[in-house]
Amino acid sequence: MSVSENNWVEVCMADEIEQEDVIRFDYKERSYAVYRSENDGYYATEGYCTHERVHLADGYVMGSTIECPKHNGRFDITTGKAKKNPACVDLKTYPVKVEDGKVYVMADA
Amino acid sequence: MADIIRKRDYSLTGPEGKLAEERGMASAEWYKTPIPRTRMKELMKRKDGPAIRDTIIWFVLLAALGYVGVLSWGTWWAVPVFALYGILYATPGDSRWHECGHGTAFKTSWMNEAVYQIASFMVLRSATPWRWSHTRHHTDTYIVGRDPEIHTERPPIWRILIMQMLHLYGGPVELKRFLLHCVGKLDKQEKEYIPESEYGKTFREARIYLLILAAVIVLCVWQGSLLPAMLIGMPSFYGVILVLLFGLTQHLGLYDDVLDHRLNSRTMKLNPVLRFLYWNMNYHVEHHMFPMVPYHALPALHEEMKYDTPAPRNGLWSALKEAIGALIRQGKDLSYAVVKPLPDTARPYMYGLSDIPYITERIRQAAGMAMNHSDKEGESA
Repeated sequence: MSVSENNWVEVCMADEIEQEDVIRFDYKERSYAVYRSENDGYYATEGYCTHERVHLADGYVMGSTIECPKHNGRFDITTGKAKKNPACVDLKTYPVKVEDGKVYVMADA
Repeated sequence: MADIIRKRDYSLTGPEGKLAEERGMASAEWYKTPIPRTRMKELMKRKDGPAIRDTIIWFVLLAALGYVGVLSWGTWWAVPVFALYGILYATPGDSRWHECGHGTAFKTSWMNEAVYQIASFMVLRSATPWRWSHTRHHTDTYIVGRDPEIHTERPPIWRILIMQMLHLYGGPVELKRFLLHCVGKLDKQEKEYIPESEYGKTFREARIYLLILAAVIVLCVWQGSLLPAMLIGMPSFYGVILVLLFGLTQHLGLYDDVLDHRLNSRTMKLNPVLRFLYWNMNYHVEHHMFPMVPYHALPALHEEMKYDTPAPRNGLWSALKEAIGALIRQGKDLSYAVVKPLPDTARPYMYGLSDIPYITERIRQAAGMAMNHSDKEGESA
């Protein structure tokens, strides 16, 4: 795993995430959810639902929405905004870039 | 065993909730049958088609039966017609309330919300509080002191179960809550699971429900007839029997305080008519383990998981026999729970914590049963 000076962390090859899907990415003490939209946009949020400690990587991506696998709370993956109860608190989002076919997340230091 | 097991406090405000938190049973991680991600994505796929079809069939049948009910009013024919109308009003009312509450019935969000609001009124459940209650039920399924939707305690309270055949316990509780919400208050239990940000919505909904119910009562007085109430409002009392029977099969007689839905939920086979009424919630282990799978995909999910789950009960009667038989035994032995053998291909049960005496005892017994089972297989081989 490569990490650049401003904390861009390599996650995986871009094609390792299917369209309209999400994977889990753990780095240091934190867990992230990294998404690929149907239009090949890549996004990252904190990994756990803000309602309860359930990882979003087991959830369901519909367009730009992730649905939590436990209680069906929904978030916008591009902004982290909570869209449906019981999710009331927004997710933290992280910058993502794709370079040379690899996905990078600017992780928390 | 029975003499060393104490009766527990099932309220959400009592000591059991705190104990569950201390033991790590609250909001815990639950067992999940491994299913490949690609397959799970197929199963989670949302569609509008099946739910639109089923909703049209439901409302058309309801309108037709209601019309026949109006025509037959005053004759003996009204009795079977309204019995059917009541079942068709309350049973899908309950299952549509449930599935649309999860937001999985339809692909389109507003359709889920619209049917959820209508069905909530039909079954006399406050839409917002029950959404949060059900959220907690999924977080802490049958964890004593945490789950607000435990059907009955150990030992079972038969008086309540019998009253529920006509919704005479839950109905008045809900009506009382409507009145409370209407004046801007919540009861103590509700405050345990409804966030403050949802209070306003709760109060608005109760006022709308009560306005509709008041309009029905005014119409009854004006017409000097019960007929309007027989069509709206009362069916959630006189038509509720199947809701109760389905509800009894979901978790009763199985374990409390475990972290594996295979131990505390029951799947049963049903014919297509009952599955239509119940929207496939007979696949209850599957639903609890993977609540983001819509009702129309539950039969397929069942096929995917059956290598890892106990055999389903063969029909409603069989499931009721198991559940009610277990409740009768729990009347004498609070520790009793049905132990279902797993197929050879399954992963072992995840009991969660074993510091609760009756769970420890059951684990010991289950282990003994498994050993006996393999001994017998060895002998017959």
